[in-house]
Amino acid sequence: MTDPYLAEGLPQPVPSPDGLDAPYWQGLREEKILLQRCSACGDWQWGPEWICHHCHSDAVGFAEVPGEGRIYSYERVWHPVHPALKEQGPYVVVLVELPAAGNVRVVGNLLGDPEAEVVIGSAVQAVFEHHAEAELPFTLLQWERVTIPS
Amino acid sequence: MSGATLRGSVCVAGVGETDYYKRGQAPDAEGKLALKAILAACEDAGISPKDVDGFASFSNDRNDPSRLAAALGCRELRFANMQWGGGGGGGSAAVAHAAAAIHGGLADCVVVFRALAQGQFGRFGQGPRRNTIAGDAAHTVPYGLMSPAQMFAMKVVRFMHDHGVEQSALRSISLAAYHHAQNNPRAVMYGRPLDEATYDESRWIVEPFHLYDCCLENDGAAAMVMVSAERAQEFAHKPCYLLGAVSGSHYRAGAGVHNTPDYASSSFPSLAPRLYEMAGIKPADVDVLQSYENFTGGVLMSLVEHGFCAADACNEFFVKERFLAPGGDLPLNTSGGNLAECYMHGLGLIIEAARQIRGESTNPVPDAEVSMTISGPMVTPVSACIFGTEATL
Repeated sequence: MTDPYLAEGLPQPVPSPDGLDAPYWQGLREEKILLQRCSACGDWQWGPEWICHHCHSDAVGFAEVPGEGRIYSYERVWHPVHPALKEQGPYVVVLVELPAAGNVRVVGNLLGDPEAEVVIGSAVQAVFEHHAEAELPFTLLQWERVTIPS
Repeated sequence: MSGATLRGSVCVAGVGETDYYKRGQAPDAEGKLALKAILAACEDAGISPKDVDGFASFSNDRNDPSRLAAALGCRELRFANMQWGGGGGGGSAAVAHAAAAIHGGLADCVVVFRALAQGQFGRFGQGPRRNTIAGDAAHTVPYGLMSPAQMFAMKVVRFMHDHGVEQSALRSISLAAYHHAQNNPRAVMYGRPLDEATYDESRWIVEPFHLYDCCLENDGAAAMVMVSAERAQEFAHKPCYLLGAVSGSHYRAGAGVHNTPDYASSSFPSLAPRLYEMAGIKPADVDVLQSYENFTGGVLMSLVEHGFCAADACNEFFVKERFLAPGGDLPLNTSGGNLAECYMHGLGLIIEAARQIRGESTNPVPDAEVSMTISGPMVTPVSACIFGTEATL
């Protein structure tokens, strides 16, 4: 069990009412990263779509991706724009590309000291942040450095 | 190519705006602000508001053209247009649509407008207040990525990383805007100059954006009246012709969860060549430039993608002096723009571009013949337009 990176009180994610991303959120609850992969052509895509943008097949399934990523970009946020973050202080959002899934990207937080250097291109490892006590339990996909910069 | 073009087909007959206010300080409701701006633009044109027969806007403006036409007593409504999505990226698109409607015979006199009272309807710069969130936002908001500044900063971080761009490049954009605002009595930041030290010492909003890299949040409205170029000589002001206007975005710019393939981009790589082709000009012909600054980093990438500067030469190119009217190589955001005049979702920039052609800017660029506006970087769709004097036709 990991302590939440950000203070509690932000809007909590729920699957979209049309079900498009429901397997993704269910997968995180089970500590699996499930992203879209076309059953017809094998292409990966994220965010989720109803059809494959490459071959237009609607046989778009979800496949498991290992929790190994690379920092594509990041930002260090200082100014809170939500009351829940008023006392948070700086925090780091990372955009992580997943080489095992055609370099599609996911957004998360980079765990650890928010003021430490962040290196674009460096390796990160997935961490599943469970919010089991929420009225509609959910899990966030967070990231930690594989090697801490000196 | 069909050879079809908007070049020289329409002109700007009039421009107008309400007073501009800090958010929450407008004495009027948003709908009244819209009407006042439209009346001001019609008065500037010398056109009766009852002769307006079309409206074009963007970013889900709340002021329905049917209601505006009823309130203004327009004899007939022939064109009611809204650009989908893209926030301020729709500004020049609304100009393009108005021009296309006139050129195509759908309407004769189209008002491009935007009214925005963030005090009345909520601030753009705040995150959502609700218990749960679904859809694309569910993949970002729970990680504290929820405001426009936060949505765009990662694009700019990656661009600056790839090309070794320093903070001073962003600072030059902000300093130029505040410099110009000091000559513009309409500007919310009139009388509030900004210097290097104040910028450097200002707090971070989200790296790489200091406070002064971010647009304002305002109340007000702006409008522009467009008619066929055949009527350009009817008006009291020096004619201002549309040379080109385009909108759109590059391949899969709308891919969810920050997955657009060309990520570190202002979304203009596919548009800029189309714009220049329609207008029949090249970047070196541009005398004065308005470039939408939701955040300075978007201006940085916009200028690169429009061919004003190589991506790897930004540190040398982005210096304040270059951007100052009247003497700089490329006077930029000469009203103070979204950073220092007013955040009217970028329509103020387009009005300023027209004023430069007329010679009526508060920071006039001498002999400006070609005046360009870039609307709404980093979103999708974006847009851009170019005005010219009679001599450019």
